[in-house]
Amino acid sequence: MNSVERLVHMANQIATNLATDDAPVSAVADHIQQFWDPRMKKMIFAHGTAGLSPVAAAAISLLADAQNGA
Amino acid sequence: MTYQPQNDFGTPESRSDETVSLTIDGRNVTVPAGTSVMRAAAEQGTSIPKLCATDSVKSFGSCRLCLVEIDGRRGTPASCTTPVEPGMVVRTQTPHLAKLRKGVMELYISDHPLDCLTCAANGDCELQDQAGAVGLRDVRYDVQATHLGQEKDHSNPYFDFDPSKCIACSRCIRACDEVQGTLALTMEGRGWDSKISAGLASDNFLESECVSCGACVQACPTATLVEKKVVEVGTPERSVVTTCAYCGVGCTFRAEMRGEQLVRMVPYKDGKANRGHSCVKGRFAWGYAQHQERILKPMIRKSISDPWREVEWDEAFAYTASELKRISAKYGRNALGGITSSRCTNEETFLVQKLIRAGFGNNNVDTCARVCHSPTGYGLKTTFGTSAGTQDFDSVEDTDVILIIGANPTDGHPVFASRMKRRLRGQDGRPGAKLIVIDPRRTDIVRSPHIEAQHHLPLRPGTNVAVLTAMAHVIVTEGLADEAFIRERCDWDEYSHWAEFVSQARNSPENLQPVTLVDAEELRAAARLYATGGNGAIYYGLGVTEHSQGSSTVMAIANLAMATGNIGRRGVGVNPLRGQNNVQGACDMGSFPHELAGYRHISDGNTRKLFEDDWGVTLDPEPGLRIPNMLDAAVDGVFKALYCQGEDILQSDPNTAHVSAGLAAMECVIVHDLFLNETANYAHIFLPGSTFLEKNGTFTNAERRIQPVRKVMTPMNGLEDWEVTQRLAQAMGLDWNYTHPSEIMDEIARLTPTFAGVSFERLDEAGSLQWPVTADAPDGSPIMHVDGFVRGKGKFVVTDYVPTDEKTGPRFPLLLTTGRILSQYNVGAQTRRTENVAWHPEDLLEIHPVDAEDRGVKSGDWVKLASRAGETTLRATVTDRVAPGVVYTTFHHAVTQANVVTTDFSDWATNCPEYKVTAVQISASNGPTEWQEEYEALAARSRRVETGIAAE
Ligand code: SF4
Ligand code: SF4
Ligand code: SF4
Ligand code: FES
Repeated sequence: MNSVERLVHMANQIATNLATDDAPVSAVADHIQQFWDPRMKKMIFAHGTAGLSPVAAAAISLLADAQNGA
Repeated sequence: MTYQPQNDFGTPESRSDETVSLTIDGRNVTVPAGTSVMRAAAEQGTSIPKLCATDSVKSFGSCRLCLVEIDGRRGTPASCTTPVEPGMVVRTQTPHLAKLRKGVMELYISDHPLDCLTCAANGDCELQDQAGAVGLRDVRYDVQATHLGQEKDHSNPYFDFDPSKCIACSRCIRACDEVQGTLALTMEGRGWDSKISAGLASDNFLESECVSCGACVQACPTATLVEKKVVEVGTPERSVVTTCAYCGVGCTFRAEMRGEQLVRMVPYKDGKANRGHSCVKGRFAWGYAQHQERILKPMIRKSISDPWREVEWDEAFAYTASELKRISAKYGRNALGGITSSRCTNEETFLVQKLIRAGFGNNNVDTCARVCHSPTGYGLKTTFGTSAGTQDFDSVEDTDVILIIGANPTDGHPVFASRMKRRLRGQDGRPGAKLIVIDPRRTDIVRSPHIEAQHHLPLRPGTNVAVLTAMAHVIVTEGLADEAFIRERCDWDEYSHWAEFVSQARNSPENLQPVTLVDAEELRAAARLYATGGNGAIYYGLGVTEHSQGSSTVMAIANLAMATGNIGRRGVGVNPLRGQNNVQGACDMGSFPHELAGYRHISDGNTRKLFEDDWGVTLDPEPGLRIPNMLDAAVDGVFKALYCQGEDILQSDPNTAHVSAGLAAMECVIVHDLFLNETANYAHIFLPGSTFLEKNGTFTNAERRIQPVRKVMTPMNGLEDWEVTQRLAQAMGLDWNYTHPSEIMDEIARLTPTFAGVSFERLDEAGSLQWPVTADAPDGSPIMHVDGFVRGKGKFVVTDYVPTDEKTGPRFPLLLTTGRILSQYNVGAQTRRTENVAWHPEDLLEIHPVDAEDRGVKSGDWVKLASRAGETTLRATVTDRVAPGVVYTTFHHAVTQANVVTTDFSDWATNCPEYKVTAVQISASNGPTEWQEEYEALAARSRRVETGIAAE
């Protein structure tokens, strides 16, 4: 796995484990916001949503939008 | 301070709340009911002569030296076996008693060699002292030859056994039975022929069941059992109380010294974690501290293919600072980072993270706790509100059901295991606690002398969450949950949501049995026992955390404890057994990239401001890189410099190939350690470290107990580790001027609410303190969440079982899980440099007889262990301790490099590596793999030092 693949894997893993949360998308976004360093976040924003589970993809979009001040 | 052994009260302390008053030699004394007359006398300062009694074990009453006269009683009862009674009038010194005692002593001495002047214990021998105390001047009997001149047993690397000097007092046997719980010793023969034996008559100590804890040596009143070091160096002349630097139990020791030479480490009776007990590591395995391979001078080199060049400290700091500045200027400040060590003190750890946050200007700081207990931090913080165990060790004395999951306490946490075993065996008519063990392996505690687990659930590695959810299913669906507790202490809606989830049919033990391989009936019985057996306490270790669902497992454990009301009082709780001595402390000190000391997130502006004002810098509000992320970033070419204090990431972190690629991609790797460890093969700068004997500071053990570490000798390398970090910070232009670690602790206390009441002064007074130490709890907090959870309401979190991505298949059909062994410690950098190798000279692969037969493997054969990540070789041992389909090994030896085969899958929440599950294949082999050979060559190459002296 290279670094981007690993990030995709990690995001999916987080999404799977938070799937039973009341609000999984924001839980995943919050988790990534709290624990990933800025470069990791930037890398996955740049990568887009390919390979991400629906919840992970939604969480990443949510974060990316927040970052861009949307 | 001149040398004084610790006071011996003769018999153990009574824990009764009732008191009894009596008169001894005309003086009144009040003691707890159940105290012996001997102990009552000792407490008022009267020492009654004694030989067979000592306060670590129950009295036996065999030597008849401790006789006293009691008004209204006939004869002369033994004071060690006579309990006090109200109004008793006792005389300890009368002419009649003196005569009797002399007679007893005469008999002993007549059968004892009279070579006191040349005896190792001369001056530290109770037989000698008592002969003096009773005024023995001559011996009327012929010196008998019945048991003199017997052969000594030198087999144990740390202590000798000289049976000729034995007075058959049985203190050693009782110490082994009661204190250690190994039951290795027996008394053979009777009367003058009696002889202590380690198990079978043919056995010597090394070959026997003995685990070399030293309890018998400590209990022995003569030189029969004596430390080899005392024989070699002589008796100590002073002592300093300090804390063991090996494991998270945190035993208190007296370092007994002769000048600057350490003679022995003796467990300290007033140590609140160990209560006078020890294991082979802390007691004996400190020889590494003076090992010839220790590096004492700083060294630098331009490239890792160059030999090392020794330099003076000044040059080392100037060079290191210039390299760090160069890299920061060229690649940006985020290209730098560092790793704090769970082996170093709180003060040192705090300084390293401060250097990174305030000096490097980023939050790229992580700690080796990442690879062991980071899921504990996440899981317990989420559910209870604080990242720590809930109990003190004493709490186990009030436990009725002990549940151990993913921990092997007799090997990993031996002194606490002894206390656990004592509770499991029961005592003084009180029945023992019940035991549930959830572990893929049949660990020693499952079946040991007088202990048999009620339930052992040998689960398939990687299915912890499924097993715990199934237990929750039983508890909820059978109506065993403690709803009153939950309503009062937890969020009821969250509980209902969780209860509904675990109650689903898919989470029943029967339904999950094909996944977990745990018998459903057995699991149901275990769940019922935990929920209804009285005080239930859960103890867990790395078998819980080092999984892709490590954090979920910790939360599942917390859920179970809350659902059954097993939180907030003595005897219950959730207790992570920490690996290294200061894992708890390293986490508390803000070593994680996302949080500052006291577990406060770096994005929290108020907390940041507190630190910014104190330090006079601006802090980055974004979390930094965790260790695996640093390595990824290094491979990507953007992370270039690493300051690594006291951790050997190359050997201890998973997927060695990836770690070495990361390290090789960096331009400046700084290793600050005692030895040229494996990581140092990739280092450019080596800063020699100091041992725990050479510095002041504190460690925090698994019970949140902050304990002093005291300097007993001058650092051989010239500087304590905190001084090294400070000098480096100064070279980088930071204005740091600590003159003593106590000033660092004052800063920690000032910035961390849970440490508010901690100072070296307070620690000296109290001996140790369990955080939180606050205005409300100035003496610390043995038990947490007593009147409610730290976070307010306890939080139930739904933990759905997600199978790991590491799957067995036709190429890799077996599951490898890893662990450790008593005599060795982690990557073994320390213990491999002691005599402990007598017990564990190499890592072995445990394999079930069926799997072994399929592959034509016998015990002792070399086998190849291969996974998707890599392969290594080691020797096999065939045993049914492991289930079919599971293999097991330790990771103490660099040549084995068990982490060559572990993968880089990790815990979803914390990136804690999944060490405990790797799909592997085993096949016959006839020697080391190519990797092992290449690695040996690389290691030899990169350890060259220019002075011509090979370092290892
Ligand atoms: S060293 Fe410990 S285990 Fe060995 S015989 Fe003595 S008390 Fe027992
Ligand atoms: S070895 Fe020491 S403790 Fe054991 S019976 Fe002999 S004298 Fe007593
Ligand atoms: S149990 Fe741990 S702390 Fe205690 S002596 Fe052994 S290694 Fe040291
Ligand atoms: S000390 Fe009491 S009988 Fe030996």
